[in-house]
Amino acid sequence: MDLTLTSFAPAMPEMFLLGMLSLVLVVDLFLTERTRHITYILSLLSLAGTFWLVLDGYPRLPELAFHGSYINDPMAALLKLFMLLAVMVVLVYSKEYIKQRDMYKGEFYLLVLFATLGMLVLASAHTLLTVYMGLELLSLSMYAMVALRRDNVDASEAAMKYFVLGAMASAMLLYGMSLVYGATGTLDFALMGEAAAKLPTNDVTMLFGIIFMLVGVAFKLGAVPFHMWVPDVYHGAPTAVTLFISSAPKLAAFAMLMRIFVDGLGELHQQWQGILIVMALLSFGLGNLVAIAQTNLKRMLAYSGISHIGFLLLGVLSGTSEGYAASLYYAITYVVMSLGGFGMILLLSRAGFEADKLDDLKGLNDRSPWFALMMMMLMFSMAGVPPFLGFWAKLAVIQAAVGVGLVWLAIAAVVFSVVGAFYYLRIIKLMYFDKPESDAPIESSADLRILLSANSLAVVGLGLFPSSLLAICSASIG
Amino acid sequence: MNSDLALLSLVIWTPIIGGLLILAIGSGGDGKGTGAKWLALLVSVAAFLLSVPLYTDFDTTTHLMQFEEMMPWIEAGKVTVNYHIGVDGFSMPLILLTTFATVIVVIAGWEVIEVKPAQYMAAFLIMEGAMNGVFASLDAMLFYVFWEAMLIPMFIVIGIWGGPRRVYATLKFFLYTFFGSVFMLVALIYLFFQTGNFEILAMHGVKIGLDAQILIFFAFLIAFAVKVPMWPVHTWLPDAHVEAPTGGSVILAAIMLKLGAYGFLRFSLPITPDASAALDWLMILLSLVAVAYIGFVAIVQNDMKKLIAYSSIAHMGFVTLGFFIAFAIYRNTGSFSGAAMGIEGGIVQMVSHGFISGAMFLCVGVMYDRVHSREIAAYGGVIHTMPKFGAFFVLFAMANAGLPGTSGFVGEFMVILASFKANFWFAFIAATTLILGAAYTLWMIKRVVYGPVANDNVAKLTDINGREFLFLSVLALMVLLFGIWPAPLLEVMHASVEHLLQHIAISKL
Repeated sequence: MDLTLTSFAPAMPEMFLLGMLSLVLVVDLFLTERTRHITYILSLLSLAGTFWLVLDGYPRLPELAFHGSYINDPMAALLKLFMLLAVMVVLVYSKEYIKQRDMYKGEFYLLVLFATLGMLVLASAHTLLTVYMGLELLSLSMYAMVALRRDNVDASEAAMKYFVLGAMASAMLLYGMSLVYGATGTLDFALMGEAAAKLPTNDVTMLFGIIFMLVGVAFKLGAVPFHMWVPDVYHGAPTAVTLFISSAPKLAAFAMLMRIFVDGLGELHQQWQGILIVMALLSFGLGNLVAIAQTNLKRMLAYSGISHIGFLLLGVLSGTSEGYAASLYYAITYVVMSLGGFGMILLLSRAGFEADKLDDLKGLNDRSPWFALMMMMLMFSMAGVPPFLGFWAKLAVIQAAVGVGLVWLAIAAVVFSVVGAFYYLRIIKLMYFDKPESDAPIESSADLRILLSANSLAVVGLGLFPSSLLAICSASIG
Repeated sequence: MNSDLALLSLVIWTPIIGGLLILAIGSGGDGKGTGAKWLALLVSVAAFLLSVPLYTDFDTTTHLMQFEEMMPWIEAGKVTVNYHIGVDGFSMPLILLTTFATVIVVIAGWEVIEVKPAQYMAAFLIMEGAMNGVFASLDAMLFYVFWEAMLIPMFIVIGIWGGPRRVYATLKFFLYTFFGSVFMLVALIYLFFQTGNFEILAMHGVKIGLDAQILIFFAFLIAFAVKVPMWPVHTWLPDAHVEAPTGGSVILAAIMLKLGAYGFLRFSLPITPDASAALDWLMILLSLVAVAYIGFVAIVQNDMKKLIAYSSIAHMGFVTLGFFIAFAIYRNTGSFSGAAMGIEGGIVQMVSHGFISGAMFLCVGVMYDRVHSREIAAYGGVIHTMPKFGAFFVLFAMANAGLPGTSGFVGEFMVILASFKANFWFAFIAATTLILGAAYTLWMIKRVVYGPVANDNVAKLTDINGREFLFLSVLALMVLLFGIWPAPLLEVMHASVEHLLQHIAISKL
């Protein structure tokens, strides 16, 4: 195979981002606190440029590069677009917050960009090695981001936990990969399915490989029983970092799940379906139940995130292209809602005040009817109440489960969504039915206010007109 | 007949858009929200006027859907959801009831609501639109969206403007209803895989085995029984009613309870006729328990709103009794006419109960605004200080007890009459309501309205003002009108009932 410049075309956005990242790295060295906004703007510009390149190279058919280890297909492109969009939103939301907390440094932006690069690589991975490379690039950047506020005890503790557990999960994943390689003799997803299908059913090496890899993926997703890090890290990390962790990386983790288990091991669907059913059941069960007991908003949203992952798994485990599309849709909607939810904490926080307790939301309707309304819509959307976006996502995954005859699982899912509705309603109760504890005005920059409003309104708009996004998602899954 | 105007869409969206507009205006600088109130009145009256042609241009000779509108809403992969709306003889009267009740609620809340009046009015208007949407939807997913969406404003209304235990009551209300409806959602998705779309009318035609029918029937039953509410899932209603502001109670009693009963007509009976026929004993049993047992419960209440809430449950028992007695009658006699009387009686009871219970809650509201107590014991001899009000209250109480000449009589009489054709004992137990209803309502009236003036609070009462006179007299007129001349109501539903009976008589097995 002869290499020309065009054969790198599928990886064009990633290469551009890497180049821009290096530029930001160098430019930032010459900047001071006062001129740091140049880093901010350059970072946004590099993300926007990458976004444009992804859009420009939006593939109709899958394109392979680097000897089949890299793929650019509609699913990868769609995920990348939403990842980049989410990261841009994160940067805008978090600007004031990190300024007030002595984190307004080039490192924050660089780590975000590195993590983003890792996510893009994950979305396009087409061999196990590429998956691992993307994952480590993403994870290592995130560990560092959590630890960025090093004089804060909670943040350091969270970073330590995240790193130790994350490293272990990575090791599990790597071990699983080696077993799968041993069983099938290939790292390439295109060849793996065929090789795996030739194996005797319930081949022990293969089964262990699948299980170890699932552990790694479930850790990244935050699915029960590999969820322990989620509440602690979400809680301990600075809210700006929590916002990041809870958004785009979930899309990356979803991409990892899809690449390994659908592109690679789709033939063995029967063997991983059972494990995913248990994980899904435990995730939306435990996530929703434990969220009720939380008094910290970040922890509550962490458990709510765990339950959302359970719902997301419903689509993947059904093993149909409708199911995959439904999960893709769910992942995107979750990111949109999660950005809004954590964005609201950033909006309400100010110097020396984190606004991450549930009680800090008390009487928000009296302080700011507009943002109370926005938060209410986000909460109803997360609870899965129509006509908001979250409802259609739940409908899609439940439909996928019913479509393959898993009616009992669908019923369990909807029952737990009622349990979940309770704690979302409690937020609304605090905002609307309780008196405010302080009448301090909400200090926040205009760009945060506008973007957060747009974010929440998107939850309504995409809820009233869900057709386009649903159609894009189902078109992206071949 | 059908005009080119998308009339039904206007009836749904005018209040919703009006409500959003009022939210945008807000309560104004002084917090009194005068502008918002006038706009709310304007919008609610406009919505009512828009809904009037639904009645005047209604073709009573056909069971087919009228004022139909259809366009694709969601098309993605294999999933299609249509914005498909239309009305027949079941839904049209209920839409009119909704638009009518909302006008009353807006007027009733005029001076009373002092906290955030704009949000209050907006919530009711948005709720009105969503409820109209539920009645008009011919696509199951559209139905579900409206069905859930209307919970949101009611949740807010009870939670902000409610009584001391409002948070408990509103959470209970929301979670009960939400719990019920998610089972319906799974059933609808299951039906989607049978028909390939979410069209309700297509679901009516699909053949399903008895086992699946029974499961679907129970899924619907949970959703609708909570909403009606039927015994034993009724416990949210007394709480919600007691804590809700007057307007909230009126809408709850007059419209929201009807949604559950409407669901039986639109979904349970036509989609799962065989399961309905097989399980009619269960439904009749639950209905009779509601009629008799809840009637006794109502007698011992000390709180007027709670009493009316329990009386609502008992009266809604008649509605479900009327619907499901039809199967027994058809089995016994093989004729449609007796069965039709049961179902028509049930629908008349729905509409009539909408007027009467709404009026009763408004009467309690009128007194509560003055004395700030709902306890029966806090009153006595109200007639001496509020003669005009007393007259209205007694009239509505008589209607609630089912006095001939009021609308309350017609529905109950039809259902009891139909019950005789099924089984004497059904009729016997159902007829106890005539005694029980009279007992709890009139005993309350005796203690509240008549007798000597009980205390200083009652002595200081002022009689109703023009605004209160307006809404009470309009309601009194409706109660008497349908009591003396129910024909217009029966006329519009006749073709639809006939068709429904023919449909459910054919087994789907």
